[in-house]
Amino acid sequence: MMSCKQASQLASQGLDTKLSIRDRFALNFHLFLCKYCSRFSQQLRSLSVAFSKMGQSIEDDNNITLPTETKNRIAKSLDSEI
Amino acid sequence: MTTKDSSKDKTKKHAHDWLNKHGDYLYRFALARLRDQHQAEDMVQETFMAAIKSDNFTAKSSPRTWLTGILKHKIIDLMRKGNREINASDLMSDQDTNMDEFFDKEGHWAEEIKDWNMPESALEQQQFFKVLQNCLDKIPSKLATLFMMRDLQEADNKEICKELDISSTNAWVMLHRARMGIRKCLEINWIGH
Repeated sequence: MMSCKQASQLASQGLDTKLSIRDRFALNFHLFLCKYCSRFSQQLRSLSVAFSKMGQSIEDDNNITLPTETKNRIAKSLDSEI
Repeated sequence: MTTKDSSKDKTKKHAHDWLNKHGDYLYRFALARLRDQHQAEDMVQETFMAAIKSDNFTAKSSPRTWLTGILKHKIIDLMRKGNREINASDLMSDQDTNMDEFFDKEGHWAEEIKDWNMPESALEQQQFFKVLQNCLDKIPSKLATLFMMRDLQEADNKEICKELDISSTNAWVMLHRARMGIRKCLEINWIGH
């Protein structure tokens, strides 16, 4: 059986690239038997969800606005370009 | 006033209109990904400057979606310009890829992996985001942006990975190392709070 070090790498790699069938099988087998790695793998998914929620909360926050100075600067640049 | 001048004035008015209507949203969109106010402001400016150079921009039917698309590519360009941080192995020190602190010699976890309680209430959530922001600040900013881009736009995930060449071996090792760091940071600063 692969080590936790290898399993955690595969779990992470699986988020960025598609794993081979063999790697996927080996990883799932390890996760099935290993409590720590299965928690780790779940935590990586929680992290993704957290990034997404945090970003969304910024996107939805109407209190965050483009600073007026910047807005004026952009307006000026637009005027000189048009 | 000539016809040309009056059409110019119309275009200007249109551009200002868009800036007022969509500027704040675009700024938040950029801020959520770049987490840097100055960079986010610059990206918004570049987006508008690119938009007015486009043919017939006043005729766009859903300007916000169109502008957001421009902005997204500006952010990807910005990351690509600095993507040596992501790709180049010569910039990657052993410390960046070394996992020894997390595992023993046999490759077992050096410490117990505890069950996480993710925040439930809105207040808890806000506190959690602050901790997460601080943890993100500790990894290279481009990797942090990459995580935000990926997880905020799952549909475009493949496109972004391709544009930044993150399926290359070095890149995913760095992403893995960054995740390990963020996980550890959260465990210390949040889970054990």
